[in-house]
Amino acid sequence: MGTPAERIAPVAPDAAPVPPVETPWRRFASQFASSKLALAGLALLVAVLLLAVMAPWIAPQNPYDLGKLDLMDARLPPGSDAMAGDLHYRLGTDGQGRDMVSAILYGLRVSLTVGVASGVIALCLGGSLGILAAYLGGRFEQVLMRVVDIQLGFPAILVALVLIATLGKGVDKVIVALVTVQWAYYARTARSAALVERGKEYMEAARGLGLAPSRIVLHHLLPNALPPLIVVGTVQVAHAIALEATLSFLGLGLPTTEPSLGLLIANGYEYLLSGKYWISVYPGVALLVTILAINLVGDQLRDVLNPRLSR
Amino acid sequence: MMVYVLRRLAQTALVLAVTSLLVFVGIFMIGDPVEMLVNPQADQIERDRARAALGLDRPMWAQYGLFVRNALSGDLGNSFVYGRPAIDVILERMPATLELAVLAMVIAILAGIPLGLYAGLKPESLGAKAIMAGSIVGFSLPTFWVGLLLIMLFAVQLGWLPSTGRGPTIDLLGLKVSILTWEGMRHALLPAVNLALFKLSLIIRLTRAQVRENVLLDYMRFARAKGLSRNRVLGVHLLKNIMIPLVTVIGLELGSVIAFAIVTESIFAWPGMGKLVIDSIFQLDRPVVVAYLMITVTMFIFINLVVDVLYSVLDPRVRIDAARV
Repeated sequence: MGTPAERIAPVAPDAAPVPPVETPWRRFASQFASSKLALAGLALLVAVLLLAVMAPWIAPQNPYDLGKLDLMDARLPPGSDAMAGDLHYRLGTDGQGRDMVSAILYGLRVSLTVGVASGVIALCLGGSLGILAAYLGGRFEQVLMRVVDIQLGFPAILVALVLIATLGKGVDKVIVALVTVQWAYYARTARSAALVERGKEYMEAARGLGLAPSRIVLHHLLPNALPPLIVVGTVQVAHAIALEATLSFLGLGLPTTEPSLGLLIANGYEYLLSGKYWISVYPGVALLVTILAINLVGDQLRDVLNPRLSR
Repeated sequence: MMVYVLRRLAQTALVLAVTSLLVFVGIFMIGDPVEMLVNPQADQIERDRARAALGLDRPMWAQYGLFVRNALSGDLGNSFVYGRPAIDVILERMPATLELAVLAMVIAILAGIPLGLYAGLKPESLGAKAIMAGSIVGFSLPTFWVGLLLIMLFAVQLGWLPSTGRGPTIDLLGLKVSILTWEGMRHALLPAVNLALFKLSLIIRLTRAQVRENVLLDYMRFARAKGLSRNRVLGVHLLKNIMIPLVTVIGLELGSVIAFAIVTESIFAWPGMGKLVIDSIFQLDRPVVVAYLMITVTMFIFINLVVDVLYSVLDPRVRIDAARV
């Protein structure tokens, strides 16, 4: 504590500008890279995303085009050649003579799309409700948090099952079910993050400046409440993908016309007992690698973004 | 405390009412069970007769009103497929599910707490790192996929254990139990391990986190300074303190094990209520689906309530605040 004059004294004008060695982004990147496992997970995740996006260009076959499929090629083991034509089935074929590599690439696309779409919708919905609850408080907050508590008391699979049993099957319905399952996590996280931020000085400063509430929430509160939401988001997307695969496996998920990984596994299940493992196992490996990669990245993000553990 | 329990019970009734309405209205909208139950050659008159016999010719609100009135007297309707009270159909499948769920939970606890303790006490050791890596994999593996792997390895490749059904059962106080016979245990082992794996990872991670937090606290240092034996410090002082969050999670997870049994039972053809509800959804057997959901939701709310009350008993610091309900 000095005199008021000292406290507001400007920085000496001749001080050389500090080189921008450590920006928040660089600090984040170097902390993230401190775990080799997390880097491997990130590399894996990028590879999986690339494969899914590029599927139409790199898949040897269009698995949805039934005219291209040859029943003569059904259930060929990995490494077989097509009976007619010059296709080489690296991972074998399924019951309809579909190339497993192509089926997996397209299945990955479907699984990731559903998982990410439901995650993003749930993040927006749950996140805004949670922040609103923290900002408004009162009756709205009480009721919302009660609903969140009650819903989180039920396991995701049960909630999803109720919704699918009532709504019926289809991509849109699966997404609705996944959003319903997930929004409560985001709402709870967003509210607690926003409550912490609300009490901080910069928020008081923003209010003191007389900024509009919408500006305070969007430009000041939201960016600071975002890190925990991102952490929850990565974990939730992995959950959503696993849950969608489970529902599809039970025959309650996506339609059979555009099979996701879960449905591919279910289709191969009937052949599993007779030793034709590849129809089920390879889509399962793809699913596992995807979820594992997301979880590895999520685990590290949680450690890096957690202020309690920051060094 | 009384007020708290009463309020929670009132809340239970509200949740049940909302769930029943949601499920009832939703299930009313999909499919026509008559189409699936009546002979395809049946004419319109026969169809209408079947519809009337099932009470499906009345307006939806009337059906719901009747459903609620009957539900309050313990009657959740007759199954379309079995022609018997839906609640009976479910209750007779329940022991199989509970047996599986309890066995899975026992496996998860007996393996999870020691592994978690080890990983928490020696976090830098190679064994602890292997346990933690294993738990991440355990988290990432979807239950149904682990089930397939187990079948492939132990039933198809090695041929050690059966992969479907429940095996012989023996009567125990009127309930059919299979894990008390050697053959029944063999049947239960794969599905139980399948169901346990996710919970095992969870319990390991939770125990480890608790141990790592607690060993740094003053009471642990004090216990050691008093010259207590290592076994007493760990077995009594540490274990008591880490049990509080563990009990909560284990209690809540028991419910989710019952829900996840849906998946495991479908894979291993275990004749429990989870498999029943999946079959019923496909057969559009509305009363059974509705009854299953009502029973499970009730069970859940009850478990949550018991866990909350138990929590306050275990930890005197947690005082249930009736005003905050």
